[in-house]
Order: sequence, then C-alpha cells, then structure tokens
Amino acid sequence: MDIVNEILEREQKKAEKYKPITVEKHLDVEFDVGTLLASDTNDLDLKVIQRDNERDKYLEALTRDNTQLLLNKVWELPTERIDEAIVVRLPVPKTLLPRSKPVPKPKPLTKWQEFAKAKGITKKKKDKAQWDEQLQKWVPLFGFKKAAAEKEKNWLIEVPQNADPMTDMYEKKASEKSEKVAKNELQRLKNIARARKVKIPRVGIPVTSDKASATQLATAAVVAKASTASLGKFQDKLPKEKEARGKGIHELIPGKERKRKAPIPTPQQEKQNNLNLIDKILNKRPKIDMEKAVAKHIHTEQIQRSEEKKTAKPSKGKRKTKGVNATNFTAKKPKAGKGQRNPNKKATGRKRR
Amino acid sequence: MFRVFTRKPTTRKGKKVLLSKEPKPVEGPKQCIFLQGRNPSDKTRKLLKDVYELKKPDAAFLSRKNDFVPFEDASLIEKMCYKKEAALFGVGSHSKKRPHNIILGRTFNYGILDMIELGADKFKAMSEFHNMKVLAGLKPCLIFNGPAWDLNQDLKRLKSLFIDFFHREKVESIRLQGLEHALSFTATENGSIYFRSYRILLKKSGQRTPRVELEEIGPSIDFKLRRTKLASDDLYKESCKIPREVKPLTKKNISKDAFGTKLGRIHIGKQDIPRLQTRKMKGLKKTPEEKKLMLRKKKLARKQATA
Repeated sequence: MDIVNEILEREQKKAEKYKPITVEKHLDVEFDVGTLLASDTNDLDLKVIQRDNERDKYLEALTRDNTQLLLNKVWELPTERIDEAIVVRLPVPKTLLPRSKPVPKPKPLTKWQEFAKAKGITKKKKDKAQWDEQLQKWVPLFGFKKAAAEKEKNWLIEVPQNADPMTDMYEKKASEKSEKVAKNELQRLKNIARARKVKIPRVGIPVTSDKASATQLATAAVVAKASTASLGKFQDKLPKEKEARGKGIHELIPGKERKRKAPIPTPQQEKQNNLNLIDKILNKRPKIDMEKAVAKHIHTEQIQRSEEKKTAKPSKGKRKTKGVNATNFTAKKPKAGKGQRNPNKKATGRKRR
Repeated sequence: MFRVFTRKPTTRKGKKVLLSKEPKPVEGPKQCIFLQGRNPSDKTRKLLKDVYELKKPDAAFLSRKNDFVPFEDASLIEKMCYKKEAALFGVGSHSKKRPHNIILGRTFNYGILDMIELGADKFKAMSEFHNMKVLAGLKPCLIFNGPAWDLNQDLKRLKSLFIDFFHREKVESIRLQGLEHALSFTATENGSIYFRSYRILLKKSGQRTPRVELEEIGPSIDFKLRRTKLASDDLYKESCKIPREVKPLTKKNISKDAFGTKLGRIHIGKQDIPRLQTRKMKGLKKTPEEKKLMLRKKKLARKQATA
C-alpha cells in the first residue's frame, strides 16, 4: 500500500506543478471545430469591461479560457502523422457561410449534344496530327500549319467536267468555307437562344449560292401563296400544281399544324375503349357547383322573405295613412329605376334636375 | 448581375480568364480588398493595414483615395470587387459626423450582400506590441464572447461576417503546432465590439492536451456598431445555398436504433397468390393432352395480344 500511496502522491505533486487545463463555465460553450470557432454565451462582467485599465486583462483571461476549451476539443480528434508533423482531421464545419457566387447551373445542352445523347453517340478523340502521304510529313488537325499544308497541297485544283470551265475553284472553296463558318455561328446563336428560351423568327427557305432544288422551290411557292390575309384560300391553283409537303411548310403557314392520326385500334382495344366510355357515362354523378348552389339558396331565401313582407299585414295604428298630397321629406335622394314606377303617384320632394 | 458571355473570347487567355470567373461548386478562399474612402484618417488607414496583414495572402490593399460613400452608392465597390475577383471588402473613411469609420462587407455575385459600419474608438496597432508575431496565412481560432452575438440581429450578421473574414478556408486537416493564433471578438449589449488578437503558447500540462497561454500581439481595436445594410432573408438564403455536388447523400430506409444496430427497411411487391407453388401431387399432375391444350391456348392468347 505504501508504494501505491507514494506513486499517487508523486503524481499529485507533478500535477500541482502544472496549471490546469480544465475550465469551469456556467453555460456550455458552443463549438464548431471545423471552422475553429467557439462562441461563449455566458454573461460578461460589464463593470470590469467598462474600466479601461482592467478590460484587456479580463478579455485575455476570458479568451484564454475559451481557447483552452476549443483546443481541448481539437486535441480529442484523431491524429495522423504526415511527414514529421502531427495533423488532426477536422470535422465538417457547421457554420453556413454565404458563397461569393451563385451555385453553378448545369450548362444547357446544344441541339447536337441533345441528339447525340439520345442516340448514344460519344465523341471520338481525333489524333492531333496526321501523316500526309502527298506531302510526306505530319500535318496537324488545325492551325496555321494545317492551312499552310492545304495551300501547298492545293497549288492546283481541277475543274470538274460537269462544271463551267471558267469557274474559279479557289473562290468557290473559300466561299464554301465562309458559308460553313457562318452556319456554325448561326447554330451557336440559335443554341444560346434555345438555352435562354428566346423565340426567334424562322428564317424561311434557306438560300444557297447554287440553284435551289425542286422541293425548295415548291415549298417557297406554297409558302408565298399562303402569305395573304386569307392564308391563300382564294388563290388560284396552277395546272398540275402539287401541294408541297415535308419539313418546314407546316411551321411556316399558320393554322396548318399537322395532326397525327391515331393508329387503328385492335378489336380488343376498341371494345375496351367503348366499355370504358359506357362505364364513364354510367358512373357519372351530377357535378355540384358549390358557388352556384349557395347563390341559388340565398336567392330563394330572399324571395321567401320578400313574399312574407308582402303578405304580412301592416300593423294597425302605428302607421299613419297618407293623404293624396302628403309630403314626406327624407334625407335620402329618391332613386329612379328601382321597382315599378307609379305614374299616378306624385313624386315626393323637390324636383331635382 | 451574373452574365452569360454571348461574345466568344478571342484569345485562349481570355477564355481561361472567363472560365476561371465562372461559378464553381466548391469555392476557394474569398479574396478581400481594402479601399480608402473620402479623407481617411491615419488611424483608419493603419487599422485597415493591420487587418490586411492578418488577411494577407487573400487580400489586396488599394492605397488610392476614392471619393465615394458606400452607404449611398456602392457601385464602385461592386466594380472593384468584379475587377479584383473579391467577395469581401473593407473601406476606411473619416468625417466629423462619423470619425474613424470602418465599413466591412461582403458581396454575392458582385452585388453587395452585407455592409456593416463600425467606428474605431480605440486602436493599438500591431507594431505597438513589441513581440513575436504569428506566421502569415495561419488559420486562426475564432472566439466569440458575450451573449449579445446571438441576441442582436445586426451582431448576428456581423459575427457571420467576421467568421467569413477571418476563417480563411475550409480545411480537412490542420497541423497541431500550427494552432498559434486566436482572434477574440467580444460584444456587449450597448454595441461595443472588442477585437483582440493573441498568439497561443502551448505549455506542458502533464497530460496530452497542452495548457494554453495567450500573448497579445495586436491589433487591438474597440469598435462601435454604427449603420448596417444587411441582405434580405431571400438573398441571404440564396447565397447560402449548398450545391448538389457537395451535399452529402442521404441513404434511404436505413436507420439505427438505440443500441446502435443498423436497421434496413425493404419494400417487397405484392405476392402473386394464384401462382404460388404449393405441394406437388401426382393426382394434380397434367396429362400430355392437357399440356398440349394449355400450350395452344397460350399461343392463341399471344397472337391476339400482338394483333
């Protein structure tokens, strides 16, 4: 027993040598260890704080206590050793702080991306450079080196046999390229408009530099014919004229929306549909329009009351019988249009104009 | 105020800049700018400089004077915040009506969110404390003293603003020896806020957890709460939104009871009783003829269904 006591005594002496790490608080201090935050809601000693010479000491003591409590919490957390330093893993912060920018919205898909997603088309990565057999060197996919290689390759372009021999193939190529760029830009803008849900007018029939195809011309003619106030109802038809069909017409001509016919039902389906219809009719219950019902009820009550008034005999003696020329001035202005007028009775009061 | 750039950036660098300015699900530390208002006093300038020292890697000190009043027209702050990609700001000014005026605030989406005006009554700069300072960029311990922080609406928001200003960054782990800076904010009911900054000294305690001692390193500021311009609840809520990517996923139908046993709830569909396999008996076995008939019936039914 002596040994035990001795050890205990020694430990106590050791503990006395150091200052304590425990802090007594009236109310518990709130911690958010994730942000290294402690909020002490205990009442402050306002008298001490007001005094200039004691304030700093008081604040330091108070902060020391709270820091000690916070660090006690931190030291309880699991530690790790990461290259010679002891590190603690902090929990997720509890305090919610405002962001500097709003939560990012998912980027709206372009029309192509939507289509590719529906069809399951994935983007294939192309090589950055390709071996050109003709030039015997690596040509990049894009950039000035690609343009230079193209220029080198196309030092001569053959005019196809079916084309006009005087066409400038270089010019044609350049215009094709610029058209492609313009189309891409238009599609980009269209995608932006779609993403922002802006309605843009239809451009109409696309005009190409080359001759328009028969279908395009037919579409243009049909649309032009329907562009009157009466939607082309009184426009004459040309002999052998065909009604243009296909994409673009129905959207361009108002009131010509396509209605898709329902497929012909199978005998079972038809039977089922008819049975459903009969069921629906047989199971029907009269719908009650509450507002209307209430209004009706009030109306009948009112009529009843007015009837009672009419039938009830006037109380005897109270009401004086009026003479022919009895004048009855009241503050109320006589109002016309209410009830039946009696032309025999003279209107009371002053004549008002 | 957030704009979608319909104009394509012309250079690769420009594109990168625009991309970096786009909102992200997880944001880095908020940048801060310190501005000088009309006629800043020496005190306010020094004060802002000291706060700038505390905030340093994520802050910029703009030394030019600006002739503007943030509470009347904050467009300059919004512009500067957009330019510097900052979400926090501090403005110092001095006038007879409001001597030694400090405005602290934050922006959301380049628009003012909160703005709180504080008057610096007493100020002792960092340089007036002749002792060792802490390393720059350390995550400080934030200590809020006094019940007033939770009772007063303005102070509540100011607390959040102070945390935003000084918490630096959300971190997953922290070095124990790096815990050497404590910032103390004490508020009283009459609107006085005492800002103190201490260095933490970790002393032996005979246990694993050390004994904490503090040494004041400055700055030491006595603030007085003046005007405030707080965000509406809607805007504040909007700004505090957590993106879906960051939100922890909740697992459905899993619970734990008082003993810590994991319980799961399973949903099973309705049992098909007519098809239930009961005891097989020889007497109920189908003859080959019956089987054939069944097959034919099935086929017919299938044909009708497809027709």
